[in-house]
Amino acid sequence: MSIDYLIAVMITVVGASTPILFAGLGELVTEKSGVLNLGVEGMMLMGAIAAFATVDQTGSPWLAVCTAAAAGALVALIFAVLTLSLSANQVATGLALTIFGTGLSTLIGQGFTGRAIHTFDTIFPPALATNPIGRVLFGYSPLVYFSFIMVALVAWFLRGTRAGLILRAVGENDLSAHSIGYSVVGVRYAAVLFGGAMAGIGGATFPLVLTPLWAEGLTGGRGWIAIALVVFAGWRPVWLLGGAYFFGLLTTFELYAKASGASWSSVLPSEAWAALPYIATVVVLAAISASKRAGGNAPACLGRPFIPSA
Amino acid sequence: MKFRLEKRPEPSRLMLYATPVGAVILTMVVGAIIFSAIGYNGVGAVYQEFLAPVLTPYKWQDIAIKASPLILIGVGLAAGNRAAIWNIGAEGQYVVGALAGAGIGLLTQNATGPWILPAMLLAGIIGGAVWGAIPALLRTRFNVNETLSSLMMTYVAIHLMNYLVAGPWKDPSGFSFPQTPLVTSDQTLPSWDIFQLLHQAFGLAITGHFRLHLGVVLTLVIVLVMAVVMGRSVFGFQIRVVGAAPNAARHGGFSQQQTIWLVFLLSGALAGLAGIFEVTGPFGQMSLGFPQNYGFTAIIVAFLGRLNPIGVIIAGIVLAITYVGGDMAQSALQLPNASKGIFQAMMLFFLLASDILIRYRVRLVTPAGGLAAEPVTPAKSAA
Repeated sequence: MSIDYLIAVMITVVGASTPILFAGLGELVTEKSGVLNLGVEGMMLMGAIAAFATVDQTGSPWLAVCTAAAAGALVALIFAVLTLSLSANQVATGLALTIFGTGLSTLIGQGFTGRAIHTFDTIFPPALATNPIGRVLFGYSPLVYFSFIMVALVAWFLRGTRAGLILRAVGENDLSAHSIGYSVVGVRYAAVLFGGAMAGIGGATFPLVLTPLWAEGLTGGRGWIAIALVVFAGWRPVWLLGGAYFFGLLTTFELYAKASGASWSSVLPSEAWAALPYIATVVVLAAISASKRAGGNAPACLGRPFIPSA
Repeated sequence: MKFRLEKRPEPSRLMLYATPVGAVILTMVVGAIIFSAIGYNGVGAVYQEFLAPVLTPYKWQDIAIKASPLILIGVGLAAGNRAAIWNIGAEGQYVVGALAGAGIGLLTQNATGPWILPAMLLAGIIGGAVWGAIPALLRTRFNVNETLSSLMMTYVAIHLMNYLVAGPWKDPSGFSFPQTPLVTSDQTLPSWDIFQLLHQAFGLAITGHFRLHLGVVLTLVIVLVMAVVMGRSVFGFQIRVVGAAPNAARHGGFSQQQTIWLVFLLSGALAGLAGIFEVTGPFGQMSLGFPQNYGFTAIIVAFLGRLNPIGVIIAGIVLAITYVGGDMAQSALQLPNASKGIFQAMMLFFLLASDILIRYRVRLVTPAGGLAAEPVTPAKSAA
């Protein structure tokens, strides 16, 4: 196995991991505030089509990241109004959001099928990426570096800032937070919108980093894996990073099974490799959930509507 | 001018049944506006999506055939949602039920006999129940969130189907299309043309066809049985108590674990049966295009039908209309088929948004501080 092959594998794994890392980070913050948003898949698809359309129209991938975040946040706003202002059931509303995002992204994306876009140029001087080590360090899309920055920022925010403390308090005990005078609904709105923006950027990673083409439903269930990832990580951002790369690695097996034909598919058919991340998610969730610690990490108010006893 | 929410002394039954109707109407109005805004013929889209199928008698059989799986899956999901147990993997249970039945079909390609079709249907029920048992086992044994696991199993089911249909189960005489052989006559659900029967029986001068297969009839029978079970049996009571008051249920001796198993086996079995009905009825085989999102749309059906078996029938017909209307809008207006998903999601959004009207009434607060007449809910009759 040549070093070039290994580097190519690494770059593929990083690309596959980045979308679920972004979406998982957003969902983690949302859930820390006590809200379970199952609409991640729909928000990712909205981000993906917004990013694709923006690059197609303006040629600017940087602007595309912004519109993807805005699109994700905008559909998350629907979820927020329903669940936070109107106390609608969070599970059902999240599902509706996924169905909505899938439909709307397909409708908008119809005109873009078959078109290719030009995405990010490398941000580092090409000279840095000439040798193998340089390529592994400096050869990625800017979005990949941004995802690492966001992990650090979210970890710092939740643990080291006053606002993060308030957000966690709202998720752990909404009535107490309310009685001290914090706006439970306001904090949760912010957390849901942040989750939407991050899911949107996660979706944008597909056209901007993975394949510069539009295909309907291109996220293929990654949004659901991102939600599982949050449980896997026990609501801890740094663990989420590890989990995202583990599941990212699993999702690349299908590509290799398809590309290299005989050697991989003699072991298992490519469909089995494609199903592997989902089976692994269930198995890992079973292993994690069976141990008592994981359940203890879940925000106490997760999924419960906030009804102040006025 | 400000609105204020005021808690009702008890939930409004009027609102419980009026809000689904309101949600559908609002979807049509807002849908027309949205589709106009993004450059389509919005009014035309709503007409094709919701009204044209109803106004075109020869589309009625399509509506009935598409409503059947939605209702059958929806009635099972409604039971689960009543117990606050979330099976969102009905699509996977539907596919595995279809695969299990189609597997029996492959084994009996050269056999004849009246036992073959019942055997396929039974395999479908078992296949769906087995796939539903996986999230139930994971939840009861390992405490895995059933929402995530049931959905993950849906992806596994679809990859399994893709493998079988394009691989070992591919029709050898199918020009290498990824599809299983067509079902034989002994593997096909019997069907009847209702219009023809009416014509023969009463001499009614109806033209056209309204052909329904046995699956549609059985679906109606099952839903009526479910209505009795949910309303009058201990099982129905158990489901409602576990969902509404988990602590009371525990004191009353109802095990939550047992309820989870019952709900998943039941909803899985019904989804599996819906799947094999499609194989032995409208599809006649399995192919890559077999999954029609019925399992996901049935979630909307369950909610729009207010988790009530009779409501599920009505909601199933409404959603089936959007399926047929989606196809009509595609050919009449070149509207992408995905647009039906937008309408379907909007119905659920509006329904969930209006749920608050069941427990609260909206009051207009005048600047003087007093309460004006209620602008939204009718006066006492609503309470």
